[in-house]
Amino acid sequence: MSTELTQTSVLVTGSRRKARRGGQPRSARKRWASVGMATGAWVSSLVLFFPIAYMVLKSFQTEQVAASAVPQLIFAPTFEHYIEAFDSGIWPFVINSFLVTAISTLVVIALALPAAWALSVRAIQNPQDSLFFFISTKMMPIAAGIIPVYVVASQLGLLNTTAILIIMHLGMNLPLGIWMLRSFMQEIPGEILEAAAVDGASSWRIGFSIVLPLMRPGIASTALLCAVFSWNEYFYAANLTTTNSTLPLFLQKFLSFGELYTAQVAAVATLVSIPVIIAGWIAQKSLVRGLLFGAVK
Amino acid sequence: MAHSNWKKGLAALGVAGLAAGALAGCSTSSNENGEGGDVTITVALAANPQMQTAESLIADFEDKNPGIKVKFTVLPENELRPAVTKDVSTNAGQYDVAMIGSYEVPIWAERGWIVPLDEYASADTAWDEADLTEPIKNIVSDKDGKLVAAPFYGSSSFLMYRKDLAEAAGVTIPEKPTWDEIRAAAEAMDDDANNVAGICLRGLPGWGQNLAAITTVINTFGGQWFDESWNTKLTSPETKEAVQFYVDLLRDYGQPDAAAQGWEGCLQSFSQGQSAMWYDDTVFAGSAIDQAATPEIADNIAFAMAPTGPADIASGWLWSWGLSITKSSKNPDAAWKFISWATSKDYIKLAGEEAGWDAIPPGSRKSTYDIPEYQDAAARYADLTLASIEAANPLQPTKNPVPYSGVQYVQIPEFVEIGDYVSQQIAGAISGSQTVDQALEDSQSYTSKVIADAGYAQ
Amino acid sequence: MSTTLASQADETTEVVGIEPIASPPMTRAEKWKRRGPLLPALVFTLLLTQIPFLLTLIFSFQRWRLLGAGEAEFNWGQNYVNVVQDGVFWRSVLNTVVMTGGTTIACLVLGLLIAIFLNHAFPGRGLARTLAITPFFVMPVAVTLFWKSAMFDPSFGLFGFISKSLGLPAVSWLSEQPMAALIILLTWRFVPFAMLILIAGLQSAPQDQLEAAQMDGAGLIGRFRHVTLPHLRPFIELAALLLAMNLIQTFGEIALLTAGGPAYATTNITYYVYLTAFNSFDFGQASALGIVALILTIALILPMLRLLSGIFKTEGRR
Repeated sequence: MSTELTQTSVLVTGSRRKARRGGQPRSARKRWASVGMATGAWVSSLVLFFPIAYMVLKSFQTEQVAASAVPQLIFAPTFEHYIEAFDSGIWPFVINSFLVTAISTLVVIALALPAAWALSVRAIQNPQDSLFFFISTKMMPIAAGIIPVYVVASQLGLLNTTAILIIMHLGMNLPLGIWMLRSFMQEIPGEILEAAAVDGASSWRIGFSIVLPLMRPGIASTALLCAVFSWNEYFYAANLTTTNSTLPLFLQKFLSFGELYTAQVAAVATLVSIPVIIAGWIAQKSLVRGLLFGAVK
Repeated sequence: MAHSNWKKGLAALGVAGLAAGALAGCSTSSNENGEGGDVTITVALAANPQMQTAESLIADFEDKNPGIKVKFTVLPENELRPAVTKDVSTNAGQYDVAMIGSYEVPIWAERGWIVPLDEYASADTAWDEADLTEPIKNIVSDKDGKLVAAPFYGSSSFLMYRKDLAEAAGVTIPEKPTWDEIRAAAEAMDDDANNVAGICLRGLPGWGQNLAAITTVINTFGGQWFDESWNTKLTSPETKEAVQFYVDLLRDYGQPDAAAQGWEGCLQSFSQGQSAMWYDDTVFAGSAIDQAATPEIADNIAFAMAPTGPADIASGWLWSWGLSITKSSKNPDAAWKFISWATSKDYIKLAGEEAGWDAIPPGSRKSTYDIPEYQDAAARYADLTLASIEAANPLQPTKNPVPYSGVQYVQIPEFVEIGDYVSQQIAGAISGSQTVDQALEDSQSYTSKVIADAGYAQ
Repeated sequence: MSTTLASQADETTEVVGIEPIASPPMTRAEKWKRRGPLLPALVFTLLLTQIPFLLTLIFSFQRWRLLGAGEAEFNWGQNYVNVVQDGVFWRSVLNTVVMTGGTTIACLVLGLLIAIFLNHAFPGRGLARTLAITPFFVMPVAVTLFWKSAMFDPSFGLFGFISKSLGLPAVSWLSEQPMAALIILLTWRFVPFAMLILIAGLQSAPQDQLEAAQMDGAGLIGRFRHVTLPHLRPFIELAALLLAMNLIQTFGEIALLTAGGPAYATTNITYYVYLTAFNSFDFGQASALGIVALILTIALILPMLRLLSGIFKTEGRR
């Protein structure tokens, strides 16, 4: 299990500031290396975060200011783009996004939990074959399968509904959900399960009374991650829906009408990204745990 | 304790699932009728400024037609076409009203994807079919002359330029310039130091983007797409000369990042004062003035006819965005009501009053040009627009006879595929990743193959 | 295969699977009882993936063009012949390799670098890490549109401003270096993902071996090369696999940034299938392309799948 390291000893080097060899006592070298690391870390983090900060900054500028060739840092802020976004009929899309994300994530968890159970705690024979299968479904280029999906959805009258998006998102997130939940289940100490079995508890009891409560953080982070991917999903929304769609499609309304639009895009982009950024921030640690399927000792 | 926890959990999940399912059921397809006999129609529009105005004025329609609600899907034209085509050709039924271009009109009419409008038009006398401008009406009718789409606006192409910059550079632009004169003017007005490009031209790939402008240049240089036996003529000397001219002009004095700019980028560039000239659709005349960054720019925008080349052929194109009723629409009558509203004289007046006379959809009706306020506001370009529309000849657009119609496109279904491919190749030449010769050779072999496969060549 | 994750894992080839609680051989009833919970997910996924796959396969043998006259009819291998002869197809394969490979490598290198930095304790580490992972979670559509106008535009964009300030000419990213622009954008979005995985790898580096190496006199680089890096190998491979799987499917960024051009310079195989299906409306051809794309993807990823299977086999419960 990954534990936070609290030692300050430098494990690896890559720092652009190498400790000077000789002439300095070890502790001073370590301090230099420390500072170097911290600087490197902050610089990289800020560079990564910068475009987003820039986007938020731009969202408060008027279009004229935003379009100037020299980036303006001092300017009179305006909320007009946010107001414009809310005025442009964003709410139906917000509702759709919430519906699709919430429902598909709920169902993913509901289906993935028993599946993960059947692949770890009470494993079937050869669970790796099923795992393989689930992962392999992510290999098919989505563009290839879209034609039959479009045709079938059209016949069933499912185009331009939230239902079709829920179904497709379900398929998209289920392998991920199973993978992550299974790995969390793998982490449950065998002794607890053995003890319960010895005590005569049935599988159901073990599942619901012991495993499920222990899985709560794992479920939460799996759900958060699936929700993020569902919220951001564009391809299916773009091809299978038109007016009754999710937020990524709403952004298309703001594609240029021939007018300047940088600040407007920045505002809408910020708006729609806030929920998922927060979700991602909360889920980050468990995301990694889940992905590494307990293989880390 | 732990005992009943799982039961609670299960119950919660169940309730949540049920509630969610009920909610999901509520928000299904928007084509269904709402409560109380309300009809909702879905309209697909191209993302042009004039269409945006229509969307913003929809309350007027809904007031006049209680019981009909309108939902819009607005997409940039490169995306609108595939979206709507996909829908109507698979009979998916998501759109009641589709905005289609004059290119699509005959094809879709023949396939039966859109409903003929002649009966609606004759029954709706207030709509005044006779008021439509003749050349535009022709390109939105099927081969028998029946109206199949109502023209939202009609347009041609011409040159927009900044007369202050021209004066400062010591050039005059005549009312009927030649491309050579324009090139000289672009050279004079190109000002790298001040970030002003001599000219802005479409470079973005897309048969309706860069290829529209390029085809008119090909025409007026004496070139053509196909000869009468359907041999592809993309590597003929005249065509080569035309494309080379266009690419050179763009690379030498055109806007930066040209291969990524369509009319949207040029509209922005020209109205912000970053280009001295712009050859594009007449419909953007009003928009350019409207969106000009400063009053100084707005006052100095002047117009000229589409430049001609060695073959001296009037090279303005002919285009119309029309509103059609899809075959799969369940509410064709409501759809007609919307179309009738959006293309009526009253709408034009409303748009002029509410959004400014620069923002009305021009070129579709003769009566538009009789409105005094419009004559005032559009004094600089109204006459030239009409003249350009009249001068365009889709039935004989080139110097030599050709088996196809269409000024800036070839009126065959395969043109989408061909056009997109060729426009990509030329965009490559514009961005410098290949030469014009390579681009045209490639395009020639691709096009010939498609034409042969489709069975045109005799 | 030589990767061992669990230090005591046995590399017998017939590992049956994870041994859970009970050890007696399973009866048929028990087997089905265990399969039960798996079935809903399995059946659903089977239906949702295999049916479209079969249909795509069928369509790929038909001449089905929406805009052309006539109904769909079987033309058997003709579509596949067209694919092989299609220059743009091969271009898109090359683009896919360049785009996916380039971005993956960039993400791994940068991700490792940043992971190394962030693995070290320093004030505000939690905040720095939180900031660093944000690009992965922002809505791709939104961010791509923003980058297109505010970053890449040579007149208005930030990159143009920076290069002009440095006295360099502004690069017309989207026309002249579209692939580079795309790789930059994709790398920015996926580096956090690689970084997270590699941080976990670094944090689980075997301390005892590192200390032993240190005592043996190995310097920083030596310790990194001989202890940490081998330990990181499965993490790197896992990250590479996940990155590649996601990057091959890149669609939105291409559609919004360059529309696959100019001259198909940034069209990857996913986007090309989309163009053929929903721009040219040649459903038969597009289906054939999709099948070929699937085969190529499997061929590229198969070696990595073997790795994954090795990981599954050798892991156990704690």
